[in-house]
Amino acid sequence: MKIIRNLIDKTKPQFEKGGKYEKWLPIYESFETFFFVPATITKKGSHIRDAIDMKRSMIIVIIALLPALIFGMWNIGDLYFLSIGEQSTIMDSFFHGFLKVLPLIVVSYGVGLGVEFIFVYIRGHEINEGFLVTGMLIPLIVPIDIPLWMLGVATAFAVLIGKEAFGGTGMNIVNPALLARAFLFFAYPSKMSGDTVWINGLANNPNIVDGFTGETLLGQKANGISEGYSCFVDNKLSLFDMFIGNYAGCVGETSTLAILIGAFILLFTGIASFRIMFSVFTGGFLMALLFNSIAPAGNILLETSAIEHVLIGGFAFGAVFMATDPVTAAQTNKGKWIYGFLIGAFAILVRCVNPAYPEGMMLAILLLNVFSPLIDHYVVKANINARLKRTNLKTT
Amino acid sequence: MNKQKEPLFSKKNMKLITGPIGADNPITVLCLGVCSALAVTVKVEPAIIMAISVIVVTAFSNLIISLIRNTIPDRIRIIVQLVIVATLVIIVDQILKAYSPAVSKQLSVFVGLIITNCIIMGRIEAFALGNKPWPSFLDGIGNGLGYGIILIIVAFVREVLGAGTITIPGMGEFSVIPAAVYDAGYSDNGLMLLSPMALLVIGVIIWIQRSRNKNLIEHN
Repeated sequence: MKIIRNLIDKTKPQFEKGGKYEKWLPIYESFETFFFVPATITKKGSHIRDAIDMKRSMIIVIIALLPALIFGMWNIGDLYFLSIGEQSTIMDSFFHGFLKVLPLIVVSYGVGLGVEFIFVYIRGHEINEGFLVTGMLIPLIVPIDIPLWMLGVATAFAVLIGKEAFGGTGMNIVNPALLARAFLFFAYPSKMSGDTVWINGLANNPNIVDGFTGETLLGQKANGISEGYSCFVDNKLSLFDMFIGNYAGCVGETSTLAILIGAFILLFTGIASFRIMFSVFTGGFLMALLFNSIAPAGNILLETSAIEHVLIGGFAFGAVFMATDPVTAAQTNKGKWIYGFLIGAFAILVRCVNPAYPEGMMLAILLLNVFSPLIDHYVVKANINARLKRTNLKTT
Repeated sequence: MNKQKEPLFSKKNMKLITGPIGADNPITVLCLGVCSALAVTVKVEPAIIMAISVIVVTAFSNLIISLIRNTIPDRIRIIVQLVIVATLVIIVDQILKAYSPAVSKQLSVFVGLIITNCIIMGRIEAFALGNKPWPSFLDGIGNGLGYGIILIIVAFVREVLGAGTITIPGMGEFSVIPAAVYDAGYSDNGLMLLSPMALLVIGVIIWIQRSRNKNLIEHN
């Protein structure tokens, strides 16, 4: 650390006003503050919650994402070796998954930060730290076999249209990581859904074991299989297996256990709102119970139990890491309850009722992102009206 | 007052044509006629045909309204304008149906909906009712062109990225992305064929135009 500090202190004068590389100051500064807590704290923007600098809070989110990332890497490798019928140790699996996930992370950060650096250079403001988290979220919510150039295009689109067009971090209307996923989902549907994209190399690998399928649990349900299985039809999953998460899906979404560890880190440090997290789960749970009670016999999606709904697919990941994004979520406390509840309810609604989309979490969060300012507006209005009534003021 | 006769293509008159193409563009600056721009821009061919139709309708509706502007009673002027615009649209629609039925089918209801295109009523109200026939005619052509250019740019971007082809009226479809690129793993962007992308492309055009021309940015 000391070496870095010395290096920074030595090179700093060249970047300050009048120095040789004055124009590069914002980029230089972003690297400096990445290593060291800056002297100035973040002063404005909707993401301010306390005295902690924004970069620190972003890094805590990254730490919270690590369990899901590490589990995802192991899961990718494990399912890969399963698909070609080879035995593998935990380390083998992890290492294989690591090598497959790493390019996704590199492309996501490379493209995203590249676009941000260009805008920093043009506009001359400080670099937006927001991409630290977005760049880590994007690889976690795509299937492992997504072509890298598609990921790059989607990341560039998300940063450009989702964030920079609105003025940068703290000004975006929808969650950029989810926007990247939505872009991929609608632009290249064949690479984002189906039963071959979720397992590494499944689409064109000649050594696949007989009877191996790479369908997600929600995909199976949409195709009329009520008891979920992992990769082989007779490998039925119990609720506990679903909680652990060793089955096909996006890189980071499968393990509810790993996501809950992340959730505890976020809640313990106070970075994420427990109101949103809790109400998303409540909304989804109640909606699923409602569907259970009205389900006609034989409708598998409607009959899926509420606990299972919460455990499978991207529900937990979306609830913990996506819905709680402080920029795009509702800002008022009451608004957060409503916002979270509706996300959970809509996610289950899309899953059960719309046959075109097996998973509804992404669409539900994006929809409520757009509506969160409206929710806030009515919460504030309601508060004003309540206080007016209390004071019995006659407004003329 | 001794009025000097103005030449037909004076500087002032030319500005009526060039203005709407650039800084007074009906779509990107005035935000008129966006709805049809979203609907007919999946391919270049219908966009070009649509652009020509709108140019014809704006030009002649402006001209006719301007000719009779002093005789239209103020209270019923909207209905008079509508009758004239509707007549022109029907003529255009019938010509399209007669000479290029395929494109007419593609454009379907949107030719008919030129009647409701805000640019046409907007220019009649804002310009033709208060100006002489010749400048009104030029203003109509200019606004039609400004609309058409944006339409064709958007259609070009969407068709090349969304389907990998370009269709030109009378010449058919060309694929612009070589097969080798597809073999290398490229695939067309399906999102480009959906209407939201047209809105985003227009948004990006507005973004670029405003960052080049600072006069267009509102201060509030």
